Amino acid sequence: MIRQRWWKILSFLLLLYTCTYGFYVKVPRLDDRMQESIRNFFFHVPMWFGMMILLFVSVWYSVKYLRNPTIQNDSNASAFAATGTVFGMLGLITGAIWANYQWGSPWSGDPKQNGAAIAMLIYLAYFVLRGSITDDVKKARIGAVYNVFAFFMLFPTLWILPRLTESLHPGGEGSEGNPGINGQDMDAHMRMVFYPAVLGWTLLGVWISSIKTRYSLLAYQKMNA
Amino acid sequence: MNKLKIIALFFMNCFLCITVKAQETAGEGVMRSNGKIFVVMAVVVTILIGLFLYLASVDRKITRLEKENK
Repeated sequence: MIRQRWWKILSFLLLLYTCTYGFYVKVPRLDDRMQESIRNFFFHVPMWFGMMILLFVSVWYSVKYLRNPTIQNDSNASAFAATGTVFGMLGLITGAIWANYQWGSPWSGDPKQNGAAIAMLIYLAYFVLRGSITDDVKKARIGAVYNVFAFFMLFPTLWILPRLTESLHPGGEGSEGNPGINGQDMDAHMRMVFYPAVLGWTLLGVWISSIKTRYSLLAYQKMNA
Repeated sequence: MNKLKIIALFFMNCFLCITVKAQETAGEGVMRSNGKIFVVMAVVVTILIGLFLYLASVDRKITRLEKENK
């Protein structure tokens, strides 16, 4: 499936739809709390959805590597982790831009912001760890074990801790609701763009990761030729 | 590969022509309505098309290398 072309075209069409209809669709007024900036739901929020999916694929390949140590499994794990981290970084930056106009400052120490930053640092350590080991087998094995820990650290930092305290993110009052997005802010029209946007951005991430994997396999072949 | 590029450029040109035409003929056409949000849309779509063309060309280069290495 990864070599086929249809899902790459699907990704392009979904994002084309997101980037045109996303500007055009009628958004709920919500007593003018967010005005037009609610359209960031189609760009900022899918970064986090995409990051979560890509990092899950990464840990999937890491576990696969531990059961069956092949270079393919290791390349996939590291490529998906890299793309997932890039998505997370873009999520942090776009969030800071949005927060600057919504909450008055780009960084207000919101629990969700802090948690996401910690999660990103944990993933950056994964690449530092991999980069510091020269032996390929050791690098892959230690990397895979670390990746399992890194993935499970996403749950306290992104899903649990922000729910336990007050958050500026919508829906984050005390332990109630989801601290990331408030589903009630979206109406049926917005959902028609939001879910295709999540799928489109995620497929784009998968495409980039697959190119990265194929590149590192080629480099590996050349090194051992 | 070149054929694809030409087709892509053709479509981009069409898109630009249509938007420019819309501005000229209507004056208050689609690009100037709604606080010029459609100007932003045109910019975002152009970036999107450019990024995908670039990604597709990298993909093709890798495919060629893989075929050579077999």
